[in-house]
Amino acid sequence: MPNSTVLNAVHRSSGARMVDFGGWDMPVNYGSQIDEHHAVRADAGMFDVSHMRVVDVAGAGARAFLRYALANNVDKLTVPGKALYSCLLREDGRVLDDLIVYFLREDLFRLVVNAGTADKDIAWLNALVTRREAALTLTPRTDLAMIAVQGPNARARVWQAIAGSEAATSALAPFNAASVVDHGVEYFVARTGYTGEDGFEIAVPATRAEALWRALAGHGVKPCGLGARDTLRLEAGMNLYGQDMSEDVTPLEAGLAWTVDMKSPRDFVGKAALAANAPRATLVGLLLEDGGGVLRAHQRVQTAAGDGEITSGTFSPTLQKSIALARVPHGVAVGDRVEVEVRDKLLAARVVKPPFVRNGRALV
Amino acid sequence: MNIPANLRYTSSHEWIRKEIDGTLTVGITDHAQSALGDLVFIELPKVGRSLDAGEACAVVESVKAASDVYSPVAGTVVAANAEVSGAPEKVNADAFGAWLFRLQPVQADAVDALLDARGYQSVIG
Repeated sequence: MPNSTVLNAVHRSSGARMVDFGGWDMPVNYGSQIDEHHAVRADAGMFDVSHMRVVDVAGAGARAFLRYALANNVDKLTVPGKALYSCLLREDGRVLDDLIVYFLREDLFRLVVNAGTADKDIAWLNALVTRREAALTLTPRTDLAMIAVQGPNARARVWQAIAGSEAATSALAPFNAASVVDHGVEYFVARTGYTGEDGFEIAVPATRAEALWRALAGHGVKPCGLGARDTLRLEAGMNLYGQDMSEDVTPLEAGLAWTVDMKSPRDFVGKAALAANAPRATLVGLLLEDGGGVLRAHQRVQTAAGDGEITSGTFSPTLQKSIALARVPHGVAVGDRVEVEVRDKLLAARVVKPPFVRNGRALV
Repeated sequence: MNIPANLRYTSSHEWIRKEIDGTLTVGITDHAQSALGDLVFIELPKVGRSLDAGEACAVVESVKAASDVYSPVAGTVVAANAEVSGAPEKVNADAFGAWLFRLQPVQADAVDALLDARGYQSVIG
């Protein structure tokens, strides 16, 4: 039996097509994935992301511990509520997971990690806590559900659905979070997302998730499945763990050098390995110029510098063209023409710099 | 799920209509289009190509996956529906209307051995 979120019955009664996603029974779409995609680009859509795991890190040494445990530097987080994207690395610099860390108080940080890697991450972090002799408690918040509300009108719809949320979050800058209490229910509202649009990701007590979902639907927010979530994040040039990065590559080989703080004197897990080993490849965007198919993960990419491979590919509903992320040899540059093996044909593609789409606008 | 009684079917989700002139019109079922989701690319066999029964001869791709379409019987392709390769979403909108290709079968009665609507219903459960 796969795991199911607290909203499972709501999805099924809404006619969702369900799939197994990393051991979770999740909606892939509620009818048309493309309609859901466009709703997020043009208006507002919502995703059940309760399969992702919230982990609270509590204790006096929380900041010092995370400064060592994460590849990005939590010292960038100076204001409570501020969020940071980071990789969690192995000693050899390979990627265990990617996550968002929130600074709540000096003795309390919150991590949001991927569903399929959550147990592995927690075991890894607990071992690190023991090794560092840190007086910390890691608490998986399985009592929380999460709903991502995304799109140009997403914030306004949330303000209609949760009383008092506008006052608490209208001044919230991107990558910041605030708590909102309405009728005794606490909502953790973060101005983050995985679509390239504005919006909120809201952690809510699991017992209140259905009421929030229905309230948002009542205010015109379209339920969206993991299918649209994938095309949206790929257009936004965002990596998916397990596809565009994994324990086989370092963040420098996954387009994530900007998230790795090599400049400060701080030590962190994986730093020595990253400093010692030059990246073996680079992650680029591809735009299919020919018709003749759709770019997909694992297709071979032929370049002047040698072969590479697509890590994620799809048809972009916004661009009406096929797009992909691909890991290719060094020397492949933006603007280059490459060829992708699609079934028995070689199709021409152009190397571009992701993102492909941001805030409803094509960038390539 | 809609399964017209006047058509024949395969367990790989093609539908087949016998035309008066003896040719066979082939498409994918409503069940197949629904499982694939929004279609964005269709590649059809060239007119004149001869096909074995069960040979992969067309490709339908949705946003999330690519799927082969198989020839239901042995035959020669006599027509390909350019209207659907130009607008794949037509198959989502009307799977039993938006045909993919037409075959001149090697054996006129081969189609009779394919699944009827009830047989196909039991395939998709």
